Amino acid sequence: MAGAVLAGALREALAAAVVAAGLALPLLGFRLVDSSQGLSLGTRLDWVAWAALAVGLGRFLLTLSRRLRPASPRHRPSAGAVPAQADRLRPWAGWALAGLAVTLPFLPFADRNLVDKATLVLIYVMLGWGLNIVVGLAGLLDLGFVAFYAVGAYSYALLSTGLGWSFWICLPLAGLFAAGFGVALGFPVLRLRGDYLAIVTLGFGEIVRVVLQNWQDLTGGPNGISAIPRPTLFGLRFAANAPEGHRTFADFFGLPFSGEHRVIFLYFVILGLALLTNLFTLRIRRLPVGRAWEALREDEIACRSLGLNPTNIKLSAFALGAMFAGFAGSFFATRQGFISPESFTFIESAVILAIVVLGGMGSQIGVVLAALLLVGLPEWFRDLQQYRMLAFGGAMVLIMLWKPSGLLSDRSPTIRLGDRR
Amino acid sequence: MLRVENLHSGYGRIQALHGIDVQVPEGEIVTLIGANGAGKTTLLMTICGNPRATAGRVLLDGQDITRLPTHRIARLGLAHSPEGRRIFPRMSVHENLQMGAVVADSRHQADDLERVLALFPRLKERLNQRGGTLSGGEQQMLAIGRALMSRPRILLLDEPSLGLAPLVVRHIFDLIARINREQKVTVFLVEQNAFHALKLAHRGYVLVNGRVMLSGSGAELLNNPDIRSHYLEGGGAA
Ligand SMILES: Nc1ncnc2c1ncn2[C@@H]1O[C@H](COP(=O)(O)OP(=O)(O)OP(=O)(O)O)[C@@H](O)[C@H]1O
Ligand SMILES: [Mg+2]
Repeated sequence: MAGAVLAGALREALAAAVVAAGLALPLLGFRLVDSSQGLSLGTRLDWVAWAALAVGLGRFLLTLSRRLRPASPRHRPSAGAVPAQADRLRPWAGWALAGLAVTLPFLPFADRNLVDKATLVLIYVMLGWGLNIVVGLAGLLDLGFVAFYAVGAYSYALLSTGLGWSFWICLPLAGLFAAGFGVALGFPVLRLRGDYLAIVTLGFGEIVRVVLQNWQDLTGGPNGISAIPRPTLFGLRFAANAPEGHRTFADFFGLPFSGEHRVIFLYFVILGLALLTNLFTLRIRRLPVGRAWEALREDEIACRSLGLNPTNIKLSAFALGAMFAGFAGSFFATRQGFISPESFTFIESAVILAIVVLGGMGSQIGVVLAALLLVGLPEWFRDLQQYRMLAFGGAMVLIMLWKPSGLLSDRSPTIRLGDRR
Repeated sequence: MLRVENLHSGYGRIQALHGIDVQVPEGEIVTLIGANGAGKTTLLMTICGNPRATAGRVLLDGQDITRLPTHRIARLGLAHSPEGRRIFPRMSVHENLQMGAVVADSRHQADDLERVLALFPRLKERLNQRGGTLSGGEQQMLAIGRALMSRPRILLLDEPSLGLAPLVVRHIFDLIARINREQKVTVFLVEQNAFHALKLAHRGYVLVNGRVMLSGSGAELLNNPDIRSHYLEGGGAA
């Protein structure tokens, strides 16, 4: 019995190692050597061997642990009545996280660097929440979400540098533009299902990026747009000294000027925007339109016979998701002060989608955890340099093994007995 | 109230209905029986506008609804409980019922919920349970209850007895009769379970290969020797 298990595990491990070696040979096995005689091809067969060994060993241990332990109930899809305990804890966790987020900049260990990284994570949290409406709630697989992020970023950049409009005026406009793009794209493509929709949105994302890259006159092409104005707090600037007729934040409050003020201010802006997205989603899930999204994901034919118009429902999800991406995009532009098409490549869409999927499709807190994991951790481990992406991939594999349906995949109902409104 | 005239329909090149004439008078239960693949589901779906009729007309209260999109038809007081129930499995029973009420006036919602739950006490006990975890019979109750949430004047039911134990089938048919009697909902019932469905019906139709072969009152059809041999005794063995 034990011998058979061992032999089976060994066989699987060997197969995995062979596959890994086959993949690693072209990927890791060769390198260009730049020597005085010019370029030549060198080999790194030892790396291939290490990769095969690591994969084989991992597979061996995994198989062994699975066979020796009876299948745990965790791997069964959750069924039955909604789990009561997780349900009671979830809102608490939400409030705790929100409280932590609000106080973060004032905590003793929070330096400028940490707040800056937290800001970045929050951008992705917000993007994740936006995409969650489209993918998690409405079940529309959108691989080109970054396009709306780009539309938001360029709207703000162009309006502010061209017309001199302030961030607070441009922010809603950027959201509207992005939503408009969502509707314009949605009309022709939303009749497509599943894989087809994914491919078309992927193409759309790339088209937007290519247009940004090539429309030199408007977007500056690959050079992007620089000197994008920073946001102000009711007209107060975050700078050492203000131009004629304006005041600085530090001056107004009688504080000594510090670069940290702006970092913290930006942090609170994105925190506010992200919380807005969250509250909006939580609220709309309880309204007929939000329920219709979820129902549509489950069964389109049933929705139709209940009198729902699938096209309108999908369009509304698409447009709202795009709007939040637009907000996030204009925040990104104002934070960076510089944008170029480089920032809006497919990999961004993939990361945002990974956040939603990893978070458990439709779970709001799941998105936060996944964003911390996928964006926060890699930032933290910048010291690992080239192994960063390797660790990223490894973490993804581990999560898929451990929680195949996402970090928090239990959906809680939007209405319960006793809270009849 | 519902009138189908010379209806032709199909899927692409395949024609499934070859000129159907059916009348469903107000307040009655009309049953349509037919073997597998006769076109029963296709008829109900075509009445609801998906697939589209290739010829003929569907009239609801004299209004031509043949070309209306499905979601508009549902707003005219016609509710359709499609084949295979199609409840929303990840949503709770309560949410499922609420989805049925989207086309209704939201001021009635509490009343409607009360009314439907009075009809299906089993659903009341399970309001917070996920739809997908209900038993087959409970799911069928949910599907009918969801359709009733829109306050329909006419209810189209596609094989409500599918896959249910005989006792549960009886119960479901009793409920359908009650809905018709107490709530004054006209019912157009499509069934394979000919005995129960015809016993209940004021009027019946027999569909064979996309054509109406016979029609008459429920009792007439029940006593018709052809029907008895084809649909009642041994189910199509003769
Ligand atoms: N989506 C479809 N595409 C192509 N042909 C279809 C489709 N749906 C049904 N058909 C065909 O149309 C005919 C009628 O099918 P329909 O589903 O209406 O039968 P039914 O009477 O409801 O049968 P059952 O009692 O088994 O549900 C069948 O020959 C079937 O193969
Ligand atoms: Mg059928």
